[in-house]
Amino acid sequence: MTRDNAAAFALLLVMALIVPLIPSDYMFDAILTPLLAVSLAALGLNLLAGYTGQVSLGSAAFMAVGAFGAYNLLIRIPGLPLLADFLLAGVVAAVLGVVFGLPSLRLRGFYLAISTLAAQFFVQWALTTVDWFSDGDTSGVLTTPPLSIAGVDIDSPVRRYLLSLAVVTLLTLVAIRLVRGRTGHDFLAVRDNELAARILGVPVLRTKLFACAISSFYIGIAGALWAFLYLRTVEPAGFDLDRSFEILFVIIIGGLASIRGAFLGAAFIVVLPLLLSRAGGAIFGATFDSGLVDIVEKIILGALIIFFLRVEPAGLSALAARMPLPRFVFNKNLGSVS
Amino acid sequence: MDWGFFAGVAIAGLLTGVMYSLVAIGFVLIYKTSGVLNFAQGAMVLFAALTFVSLDEMGVPFWVSFAITLAGMVLLGILIEKLVLRPLVNQPPITLFMATLGLSYVIEGAAQLFWGTQVHELDLGIEDVPLPLNAILISQFDLFCAGVAGALVLALTLLFRYTRTGLAFRAAAEDQYAALNTGLKLPRIWATVWGVAGFVSLVAGLLWGARTGVQFSLSLVVLKSLPVLVLGGFDSILGAIVGGLIIGLTETLAEVYIGPMVGGGIDQWIAYVIALVFLLVRPTGLFGQRSVERV
Amino acid sequence: MSFRGLLLAGAVAFGLGTAAAQAQSAATPQEQYFPLQSYRVGPYAAGGTGFFGGFIDYMNLINMRDGGVNGVKLTWSECETQYIVEQGVECYERMKNHVPAPSAWNPLSVGIAYAMIPGITADKVPLITIDHGRTDSTDGAVFPYVFPLLMNPYSETSAIVNFIGSRIGGDDKLATKSIVVLYHGSPYGKETIPIYQLLAKKYGFKLQQIEVPDPGTEQEAQWLEIRRIRPDYVVLRGWGVMNPVALKTAQKTGFPADHIIGNVWSNSEEDAKPAGDAAKGYIALTTQATGTQYPVIQQIENTVYSAGKGDMADKSRIGSVYYNLGVVNGILNVEAVRIAQAQFGDHTLTGDQMRWGFEHLDLDPARVQQLGAAGLFHSINVTCSDHEGHGLVTFQQWDGTQWHRISDWIAPDWALLRPIIEASADKYAAQNGITPRDCGKQVASAAP
Repeated sequence: MTRDNAAAFALLLVMALIVPLIPSDYMFDAILTPLLAVSLAALGLNLLAGYTGQVSLGSAAFMAVGAFGAYNLLIRIPGLPLLADFLLAGVVAAVLGVVFGLPSLRLRGFYLAISTLAAQFFVQWALTTVDWFSDGDTSGVLTTPPLSIAGVDIDSPVRRYLLSLAVVTLLTLVAIRLVRGRTGHDFLAVRDNELAARILGVPVLRTKLFACAISSFYIGIAGALWAFLYLRTVEPAGFDLDRSFEILFVIIIGGLASIRGAFLGAAFIVVLPLLLSRAGGAIFGATFDSGLVDIVEKIILGALIIFFLRVEPAGLSALAARMPLPRFVFNKNLGSVS
Repeated sequence: MDWGFFAGVAIAGLLTGVMYSLVAIGFVLIYKTSGVLNFAQGAMVLFAALTFVSLDEMGVPFWVSFAITLAGMVLLGILIEKLVLRPLVNQPPITLFMATLGLSYVIEGAAQLFWGTQVHELDLGIEDVPLPLNAILISQFDLFCAGVAGALVLALTLLFRYTRTGLAFRAAAEDQYAALNTGLKLPRIWATVWGVAGFVSLVAGLLWGARTGVQFSLSLVVLKSLPVLVLGGFDSILGAIVGGLIIGLTETLAEVYIGPMVGGGIDQWIAYVIALVFLLVRPTGLFGQRSVERV
Repeated sequence: MSFRGLLLAGAVAFGLGTAAAQAQSAATPQEQYFPLQSYRVGPYAAGGTGFFGGFIDYMNLINMRDGGVNGVKLTWSECETQYIVEQGVECYERMKNHVPAPSAWNPLSVGIAYAMIPGITADKVPLITIDHGRTDSTDGAVFPYVFPLLMNPYSETSAIVNFIGSRIGGDDKLATKSIVVLYHGSPYGKETIPIYQLLAKKYGFKLQQIEVPDPGTEQEAQWLEIRRIRPDYVVLRGWGVMNPVALKTAQKTGFPADHIIGNVWSNSEEDAKPAGDAAKGYIALTTQATGTQYPVIQQIENTVYSAGKGDMADKSRIGSVYYNLGVVNGILNVEAVRIAQAQFGDHTLTGDQMRWGFEHLDLDPARVQQLGAAGLFHSINVTCSDHEGHGLVTFQQWDGTQWHRISDWIAPDWALLRPIIEASADKYAAQNGITPRDCGKQVASAAP
């Protein structure tokens, strides 16, 4: 095992064995679980937008598909195991991803981005309007049923966190293999110069569609995690355009075309508002206007996007790589951006 | 088939489309002269409307508020050009687009920070009592907007075609280095462009604000204008009008006639689907000229 | 993966988590704490600033005028949610471990409330969803800790139909009328679709329900539809910007404003004012009256604002719809404290004791008058099985600058709605493995 992998494995052990011992519901329910879900969605979007260069503004729609898909499958197929449910939800999202990804065969750049908005708005409308998706529930805010795996109830913050961690770790490992292999090369080739790639024999069409599929698969499962393990409610409003932008911001800040970028960016986006509001509360005390913090956070986020695009397009990931570190920690895999 | 009703719906749709065009024109201006698709246009409209209405509520006379807001918009535009766009000038368009996305967040936050989060009424003095034309009702306010839009388009077309400034814009857009070589002062050109765009944003902000009240969701008008641009071409002002008319008309007709069959609310996405089809068939839009990033 | 980078992220998260767990202020023994998941920015800020302003002002009044509730001071802290569900959930997670424990949650948001239900049920702390919320939570047997106080969405529907009936000379005349319900394209908007259908069947009126997609800045198509249908009344079930746009578009298409009846979330000054003249004559339902002439409001002005502790930056908003709703919400929460104290003693109460208080919240008009709120709202009578409390509603009309009450206090048809509510609650109980309580056997006890 290389030293890189050893370090990552050690971190994983810490997250899996030591962190759960911390007696803080808040940390699991409000920080770690959403962070894992957002990281997974960002990872999915990165595969499509960062590695393959197809920017999508509709990622929240596929999270919604995953969440609603998982909900519908679970309540309509009695006895469906939870993990199979997540898997199938991802598959549903993948299929839809390919369908809505067909324009990417003809469009690039911000034209493609605009076309992805069609997916965003259509899916949101469909999930709100077609009653079948919410099982006729008039309130439209669905509560997720109690979950269990092999007889073990997933009903505590720690267990929800551990399940998210397991799913995300597994999918991340798959993603790492993917980008280090032939497919990863193909993704980057398509991103950098499509014509040259085609000449060199890269199956561009297939690569793009596969990117759409795998990306939506990941994003769909992320949506299921978000709805089932974090909020424990499923409603279309949480998967709106703002959410799509949020995921995009995660990968811009974290670093495009980088696996660890998804996690760094997600950590940043999840933690920033909390840091700001604590700092604000600490500095201003009782007179503190919590609304002000949200506005300031919005401004800071927007400014950071501009900053990262200007100064460091490779995001936090590259910044982290440039930190003075012992040589063996430096990440040399295909994930870092040249 | 009730043709009277159909005519009423069609006219209402066309007039709605004009409103979309108003915002789209702002996009076109920026795109035509700097190649940037400015997603922050909606936020600029919000900022302009909020500034104006806040000054108005403080008792400042109409034209003074207008002038102050216009000055603010010009300043904003210059800052944007200097701090955001110029440093990114060599990046691919999608990067610039994402930067304007971040910019829209900054402007929206700043607008709320300065002027607060309350809803404001904006009264332009036009009673929106409908004008009956046979059995069809036409909105006075919408007609006024159409008139303003028409005047704006005329003024801008004249500007671009027949004045030196307009010529300079087009030169700078065509080839920056050549323009520099012939002695055109680019910074001044950018400033003027953003000034004009600011003016257009202000007008759009006033009209939209009068229509829906001035509040936070005003910036969402940008989402309806993107399909308009796709249809009309990103760099054509005439295209913005025609695209707007088409989108407004189709959207309204679809919602009224097809909507009830599928549960309603299809105007949320029908414009984008139309735009998508157009992108695949004729990506430069009806009137656009620039090369499109197409495979 | 960069070990350092991830560790950094983990450390930050860790630090925050432990800090959150420990940075709670030491409690004084005589304190009743209310966490406030408020929203003062974002698209719904107008409602949030009004409601939470009124709530806070009332609590300040009790503290300043009475020295708290029997000596127990009311305390609170705010956490901004922007009406976004996961921010509301984060606020809940952050504040639920406060010492002393939360007395009750008041998020004023359907989405946030739903997401909190499993959590607060496990915490045994009441969740108050005044005038909104999960309709079937009215059934306290299945939802012991959720309280859609004063009015739930189904009751509202029935009241509006009864009001229309009263305008046309009797419920029997409804069969000759045609009503359109224009609803917001969201779960909140769609909640009442089946009830309107039920009432249409009962009274025989023609009904059509038309959706306005969120956020509702464009409604031409919908109002042209309405023009084609030519209904007698339009019920506006809106939210946020949809409301003023609806009124303006109605004017544009020639539909008279005084035949538009707004529901409880379309009834505020912030909904009518931006529409200017188009809103003149518009009628809306409300559970609390508007204005500053009520003794309790005047006391707030004299006691709280003259001491400079008022929450509303814009004092002209005192007496507005959302502000008064906040005050009424304050009255209900505080009286629950008082009633629970009578049972358990004058000290800091636990969440479960607060639940008991809410389940015995019986304020008849005489008591309401004692509280200085005669005319502000009518009465409430919450029981174990009825968490709504049989609130009465009234209707007000906009004259261009303010609201005027134009009806008596009307009672919704609770008997008609109860079976539907119980059926839905039972379904929820079955799905979630909950054994409904037996409200007949509820004794005056609660876990200390």
